[in-house]
Amino acid sequence: MTATTAPLAALALGDDALVLSHRLGEWAGHAPVLEEEVALANIALDLLGQARVLLSMAGDEDELAYLREERAFRNLQLVEQPNGDFAHTIARQLYFSTYQRLLYGQLAAGKTRFAGLAAKAVKEVAYHQDHAEQWTLRLGDGTDESHQRMDRACAALWRFTGEMFQPVDGLDGVDREELRTAWEESVGQVLGRATLTVPEGPRTGAWTAGAGRQGVHTEPFGRMLAEMQHLHRSHPGASW
Amino acid sequence: MATTAHRTARTREDDRTDGRSDEDVLASAYETAFDAAVAADERIEPRDWMPDAYRSTLVRQIAQHAHSEIIGMQPEANWITRAPSLRRKAILMAKVQDEAGHGLYLYSAAETLGTSREELLDKLHSGRQKYSSIFNYPTLTWADVGAIGWLVDGAAITNQVPLCRCSYGPYARAMVRICKEESFHQRQGYELLLTLSRGTPEQHAMAQDAVDRWWWPSLMMFGPPDDESQHSAQSMAWKIKRHSNDELRQRFVDICVPQAESLGLTLPDPELRWNEERGHYDFGPIDWSEFKQVLKGNGPCNEQRMSRRRRAHEEGAWVREAAAAYATKHNGAETTSAGETSAGDTAAGRTGTAHTGETGVRRA
Repeated sequence: MTATTAPLAALALGDDALVLSHRLGEWAGHAPVLEEEVALANIALDLLGQARVLLSMAGDEDELAYLREERAFRNLQLVEQPNGDFAHTIARQLYFSTYQRLLYGQLAAGKTRFAGLAAKAVKEVAYHQDHAEQWTLRLGDGTDESHQRMDRACAALWRFTGEMFQPVDGLDGVDREELRTAWEESVGQVLGRATLTVPEGPRTGAWTAGAGRQGVHTEPFGRMLAEMQHLHRSHPGASW
Repeated sequence: MATTAHRTARTREDDRTDGRSDEDVLASAYETAFDAAVAADERIEPRDWMPDAYRSTLVRQIAQHAHSEIIGMQPEANWITRAPSLRRKAILMAKVQDEAGHGLYLYSAAETLGTSREELLDKLHSGRQKYSSIFNYPTLTWADVGAIGWLVDGAAITNQVPLCRCSYGPYARAMVRICKEESFHQRQGYELLLTLSRGTPEQHAMAQDAVDRWWWPSLMMFGPPDDESQHSAQSMAWKIKRHSNDELRQRFVDICVPQAESLGLTLPDPELRWNEERGHYDFGPIDWSEFKQVLKGNGPCNEQRMSRRRRAHEEGAWVREAAAAYATKHNGAETTSAGETSAGDTAAGRTGTAHTGETGVRRA
């Protein structure tokens, strides 16, 4: 790993955590039960903590979060997808947390500069994955309505999952093939237990897989950034 | 509580065979035991006998306190997605999460009195139970987040610290935990305002504007003046309440004035001045007509707060139903109600003080 590629990987992982944390923060005050207010905020906080460590590896966390434009963000398109209903939020979390847990597991065992962060974060991520799994089971194997909603959500987000297995500069030590196989096995198993079917169809969006990592995003993302960055940008140079 | 009189009353009840005619005797023996326990500063616990009115007053007060935590998430959550730095965003998210946790403690405390969270939420949603009037004011700028921390949480703490010695055990114990977190939030709010006050002229003006808008509503949080307070006398006799509304309000003003000075901000009251003779700050008249309007539902955000809360509950119904259906299929007889008992528990079980996230910002 060279010094020039390292910041890119830190940005990619940091942006994933930052953007998903923001989306989860949008749930505050809207969750279906109070316990979920606590749980979703907790996951959002864990991810924000990870984002701050990762972005700080690449530069100043606030400059990177608040002063980059859409085309400079390197997050997966999956994490920028709007919350939708609770099923969409859970499907997005299941797909992402399973990926993040496997990826961080590999990074924790490796020798890159991410090993330390990954070793700590993987414990949090295991909880996120468990939470998403528990809800996938309940929604999939709950009522007819919840089954249908969960089924739709899993299918709608499926096309954003291919991106997770594309190469990321600076994460050269990661065995992407192993990551992909383990992810498919884990997600497939949970969906099966939840009486849901693994979606069919290509796992790429209208753009080629890997677009988010190259700064090509989906339309809702720009609006999300506008809201997130507005106040910071309105007061150039101010401290908060 | 286990006074001799109380035990005697119990024994006599157990010995009765004919029941009815001595009911009054027993009730008064229980009442004497209850009064003695309260007088001796003992804690009343869920299984203890208590007057019906004591029980219903507590249910009302604890429920409204819980509702305030839940509705109170909204004005602050309004700024989570716009927080101007990642550090502030983490602090705000942790705070709103704490409020949901406080709501949970308080609903549990209320449940020890024989009600249920569902029933209480239903009363909130139908407008039969209230929440604190302060949360009907809008958060218009980022500085409002600081003003809420400093003034609103400050007023809440002034009100709530004495509740840690409240005669009802479960409520008192919930308040001990809640007050610790609240004072942490209050310090964070103060520090946020201090940063703004010492920042750019625009930031300073933003802080001053927020304090100007939140000062009087915060003073109203202590409730009507003593001579108009409906429940005060009885609540004080039962040691649910330890100080009068006006006493607590005065205490709050006395604390805030020097804090405002060190913040470099002014309080919007031309009559505010130190009274040497009383040893307190004098302050101007409160606009009680505004307070009454807000309580009646005519505040700036009453409609918005309630409709959002109802919508969250209604839109979440299918999720709670799914969790209940899943529990029925997989846990058989253990099933109770709704999502509150299944995945929600798994998820929330790891939260709160037991959760020591490695990389996230943690609260004290």
